[in-house]
This record gives sequence, structure tokens and C-alpha cells, in this order.
Amino acid sequence: MIPAVGVLGLLGLLAALGLAVASLRFRVEVDPRVEQLEGVLPGVNCGACGYAGCSALAQALAEGKAAPTACIPGGPDVAQAVAGILGVDAGETVQRVAVVHCKGSPDVAPDRGRYAGIPDCRAATLVGGGPKQCPYGCMGLGSCERACPFDAIHVGPDRLAHVDREKCTGCGACVEACPKRIIDLVPADRLVYIRCTNPHRGKAVKAVCSVGCIGCRRCEKTCPFGAISMDRDLARIDPEKCTSCGLCATVCPTSTIDDLVEVRYRARIDEDACIGCTKCAKVCPVDAIGGERKQPHRVDPEKCIACSQCTEACPVNAIHEGEPLVRGQGEAA
Amino acid sequence: MAARSFPLGGVHPPDQKHLTAAKPVEPAPLPDLLVVPLSQHIGAPARPVVKKGDRVLAGQAIGEAVGFVSVPVHAPTSGKVLRVEPAPHPLGPPQPAVVIEPDGEDRWADDLEPLADPHGADPDEIRQRIQAAGIVGMGGATFPTHVKLSPPPEVKIDTVILNGVECEPYLTADHRLMLEEPDRILAGLRVILSVFGLDKGYIGIEENKPDAIELLGRKAREQGFAEVVPLAVKYPQGAEKQLIKAVTGREVPSGQLPMAVGAVVQNVGTAAAIWDAVSAGRPLVERITTVTGEGVAEPRNLRVRIGTPVRHLIELAGGLRGEPGKLILGGPMMGIAHHDPDVPAVKGTSGVLLLPRDRVRTAPEGPCIRCGRCVDACPMGLAPTTLRTLIAHEMVAEADEWNALDCIECGSCSFVCPAAIPLVQAIRYAKGRVMARRRKGG
Repeated sequence: MIPAVGVLGLLGLLAALGLAVASLRFRVEVDPRVEQLEGVLPGVNCGACGYAGCSALAQALAEGKAAPTACIPGGPDVAQAVAGILGVDAGETVQRVAVVHCKGSPDVAPDRGRYAGIPDCRAATLVGGGPKQCPYGCMGLGSCERACPFDAIHVGPDRLAHVDREKCTGCGACVEACPKRIIDLVPADRLVYIRCTNPHRGKAVKAVCSVGCIGCRRCEKTCPFGAISMDRDLARIDPEKCTSCGLCATVCPTSTIDDLVEVRYRARIDEDACIGCTKCAKVCPVDAIGGERKQPHRVDPEKCIACSQCTEACPVNAIHEGEPLVRGQGEAA
Repeated sequence: MAARSFPLGGVHPPDQKHLTAAKPVEPAPLPDLLVVPLSQHIGAPARPVVKKGDRVLAGQAIGEAVGFVSVPVHAPTSGKVLRVEPAPHPLGPPQPAVVIEPDGEDRWADDLEPLADPHGADPDEIRQRIQAAGIVGMGGATFPTHVKLSPPPEVKIDTVILNGVECEPYLTADHRLMLEEPDRILAGLRVILSVFGLDKGYIGIEENKPDAIELLGRKAREQGFAEVVPLAVKYPQGAEKQLIKAVTGREVPSGQLPMAVGAVVQNVGTAAAIWDAVSAGRPLVERITTVTGEGVAEPRNLRVRIGTPVRHLIELAGGLRGEPGKLILGGPMMGIAHHDPDVPAVKGTSGVLLLPRDRVRTAPEGPCIRCGRCVDACPMGLAPTTLRTLIAHEMVAEADEWNALDCIECGSCSFVCPAAIPLVQAIRYAKGRVMARRRKGG
């Protein structure tokens, strides 16, 4: 009994010694930051960064090969955390969300034939471009849904893809998957969209869909910020210029433009705080603000379109939310 | 001697050629409108050279070739250009087309000079005529013919095969052409042979056309530069690689073109069109189309001007019989189903097939029972069910390793599958994904 314990104990001791030596002698140098970085990355391995999963990105970040903002789904929070670990400046990140630029459900944009093939948009487009009459329309066979690593895009009973804006991280997997190229990443704070990508003439669009853009240019003429331009017979919003004021949606005759803002508030100037710098009057696109220099300014509520440009321009935060203005449909995109 | 064949796979669909095999080709009267797509070939679409209101003559170029892998498009008859705009296209979404209102006079332009000595002309001159005449592979693939006749200098072509197999069920357009105009075909073959400096070519014909084998065989023996090779009745005997294997015993290696084994295959209709171009200066503006199926009242073989709407052809075949189930351009195995009878017949439209509702299989897709019939049927030695499983899981790299790109899309796998699984459709999809992945360099 005792010799056995002794022998085994000695063997164990020797083995432990060998392992201890090996672990010191053959240690693999790992940048400790890689593990830290893996800890802050989302860990869903979506591939939106272009690397083979979060570990590979962590490695690339530690080696300085990737920018701190490389993780798109992580957004500003992850970028900040990554920058903190690496000891660099994160720079600016814009949170984007996917927007499906089609609202042609079968009742307004009918099919031209029965598609009986593989239930996948990319397979369906091989058969004469897909079953929908509109060659740009969402077919609702769910390639985007299956591509989304965040369960954030779903085909609804209206056979259209809908983005869950809460879950969407803007990784762009659906953009890649859509054979019709009708999904787009838009800054999350832009809330007015033209939900059509059919550039054909109005008559041709009308023939295939009653909610498609017919190129009437009313939105282009209405936009106070020059944010809408025509691409052939399709209106497009420049997200850099758009302020989501929603005026375009009110004039669109085919309801192609969606306005997700439920309630806007007209500007109200706190006359005690106003220093009369005239900055608000200069940025107002509809000349709704008046007043003498160095004197308190006033907003004409009849003219105000609630675009909030003045609020942002005011150096002393003297412009607040005034009367509510209900304009948007507020429905989910 | 047993007829030659390709060794691997193949199927025997009911051929249904009796509907039209004995019916001579009749010219189809001009329709009220011709819709002539600017893209009727593989490669860059032609650029329109006419505009609304222009008067055109038959054979006048209305679209010019854009680059080498492209061919011009010609007015099929004289008339007025009504518009140039996207119109229904047999291969997919609407594409730009020239819409012509025929004036009924059918006056011809003489833009294209015939060659003084078609059989002794310079090969480059012949190729140039063939491109100028807008000739493409008329078996259905519509690859520009002059490109096929221009192999790189290091490639030696020693075998020219004319494809008169017509293995697609229902279709009899090539059969009728061989019976009615064998001299045009043989003269065209002689022109092709002269391009490659060869003195003998082959014509492959399936044994279900004994009259064509007999007639062309006799003419070929008389003229001395051609040999008719009778082939076993098995689909897809007329697929390019299978035909080369059957006639020459050579196997085109995976991922390569027929020229890799020194062979060039041309459809018999293409050969006839080549002869028209070099001997008479006639561009490709008409073809023989079989309008057939149990869904039309009187199936017929028609000589059709390019751009004739399918609706017009169906009317010429006596209209619909029973409730229509499916409209297919081409044959039932590789043709493309279409929803719109206003789609025009184009250079590659060998057939217009109408199936009544009760002949269209609508069985729901079942689970794969691993019977292996698709593997046995595949003439390329692929494993369709495996490819389909791989692509269903987006395993694109693995689909590539399983040689998805070697699929010739003949549809034999889908035809034999007892579970009604859309196998060839899945592989077609897989091929697109594999090619996209290769382009990305993945």
C-alpha cells in the first residue's frame, strides 16, 4: 500500500514537473489584448467586418490591421470599448439600419405568373427574373431573412421583407443576399424613405405597382433641403442632406415615401434665453423665423415645418419643442 | 452495328415527336407587330441604330454588335419602327427591343454582300460575314457562331460535327430542315470545314429520324466531305459534350470547352444560316420553330420571322386546346417556362410548347429517399442530390468541389426524381453562387 502511494505520488510529481517546465519553455506568446478584444466584440461571427468571425477580427485589431470601427453591428459602443483597449481614438461611427426599398405587396404589385421552384429569392430570379411583375419588387421568398445573423429581418404576411429596427445592427448581410438589390443601409436617425427602386417611366411603373415611384418630381420640388434628386425616373434621398422633416411624404401621390416619425414638434423660442444671433433664421428653410438682430426671435407656427434645424443651430439652446405636428404614418418600415 | 452513344447516364423521356414530325415547314404569315429584342445571344446586347419613326427594310441592321462576343440584329421584314423600348423577353425580365410594324411589302435591303466564291474564301472574311449576319447557335444556346469559329491560334481543330440530334422531346424543327433542305446544311458544313482547313465533317443524327439519316447520308456520300453518324436514342444525346464523346470517343475535360479536344459542334440550322449569309448575303432573320404540345389544336412546323409574338404562333397552330397549363419556349427538358404569350420568338426559339394543365406535374416536393436515380441519370457523372443538399446549406465551396460547374443543365436528374425534387434548378442556382464566389476569389 505505502510503496504504491509512494510510486504513484513520485510519478505524479515527475509528470507535474514536466508539465510545468513545458508550459514555461514552450509558451505561445499571445497578445493579452486579443482576449480582451474578443470579450467586447459581439461574438455572433456575422462576418460584416470582412474577417472570419470575431476572433479573427480581434487578432486583426490587436495587430493594427483593422480600424477600431470595423465591427459594424457593434456600433459606437463596441468601437469605444475597442479603442479603449487599444489606446487609440475611435473616431466617429454612424449607426446604420437596413431599409427595404419596396412596399409593393401582392395586392398592389401582383405577380405575373406562378413560381413553383425553390423558395429562395436568388433561385427565383434565375427564372425570368422572378415571379413579380415589377422587376425591382421584393419577392418575399426570404433570402434576406435567412442571411440575417441577428433575426432582424422577416418576411411578413404581405410577402414583403420588414426590418426590425431594434434588432438590426446594420451589418449588411441582407444587402448582400438580396438579388434585387433593394435593401440599403441608411443612417439610423434618418426616418423618411423612398420605398421603391424602379427607375422606369411612370406609366411603366403604374402598370406593375400602384405604390411605386412614378417620377413626378413633386418630392424633389418640395424638399426644402435639396436632399432629393432624380435618378432617371426614380426619386432618391441623399441621407447626408435629409433632415427627416417628412414634407416629401405628404406630397407623394403614390404614397411611395414612408415617414416613420409619428409626432414632430414645431419650434418654440424661449424669448428670455434668445440672444438674437439670427442663426436660427438663417438655417430655417421656410423663413418661419423672424426678429431684429440682438432682439428675441419668433417662430411663425403656420410656416414652421418642424424640421428642427433651428434647434440644432441655436448656440444657447433657446429653441424647444412647441406644438405637436402629426404628419408621419409612423408605421414600421 | 449498334448506334453510337455517350456512355454515362441519360434518360428516355416520351418523345412526342409524332405530333409534328411528318408536317412540312410552312411559312408563318407576318404578325401585326414584330418585337425584335436587341439581346438574342450570349454576350453584349446589340446597340440600337434605328429610332422611332424610321423606315426599315428586311435584312437591314437595326442593332450593331458591341465588341467581339456580340452580334448585330436585323429587321425581319420591311416596315416602320414604332418604338425602341423594353419589351417582354424570352429569357427573363423585359429587355430593350425594336418594335416594328410590317408594311406587308417585305422589301429587302442588300447591305450584306454575298461572297463571290463561298467555298474558296478567306476564313477571316467568312467569320466577318457570319458575325455581320448576326448568326448565333440555333440549337438554343445562342452563342455567337463567329466566336466558336475563332479558336485561339495554338488550338488545332480537327473535327467538325453538325448537330442534327434534336434529342429534346416534341421538337422537329431540325428534323424537318434536314429533310427539306439538306443541301443548305451540307453547303454550310463545307464553309465551316474550309474555315478550319478540313476536308471532312460529321453529322450526328438520332436513330429516331431514319428518313433524315438516309437522305443526308446519301447526299453526304455523293458529295464526299461529310459522314452521317447515326446515334442511339437517348437524352441528352445532342448535348455538345455528349455528342463529341459519341462521335469521336473523346471526352471534354472538366471545366473546358470542346476545342480542348479539337472539336467544334454546330447545329444543323446554324450551318444552313451560315450558307445563306455567305452565298446570298442574307442575315439571320427567320428560323424554323415547332409549335406543338397537347395544348394546341394543330401542332405545326413554321418558318418564323424573328420577333413574331408567340401568341401569333399559337393562333397559327389553331389556338389553344383545353385549359393551358404551361407555356415553354424550347423543349420540355431544357426550355424556359413563360407567363406571357406576347413574348417574341428569337434566334434561339426552336420550339413553342403548350402543355395542357393535366400534363403539368404539380406534385409537391418530397424528401430524398437516396435512391440514386439522379446519379445514374446524370450524363456528366455528377451527384445531383448531393449538390442540392450542399447548396441548400449554402455550402458553396463544397458545391464547387463537387463540380457543380460541370452541370450542363439537361434536367435528366429532375426528370427521374421520384420525389419531385427540383434538382437541376438547385444546381443552376448553385452554379451562380459558385461563379460569384470564384469571381470574388474566395
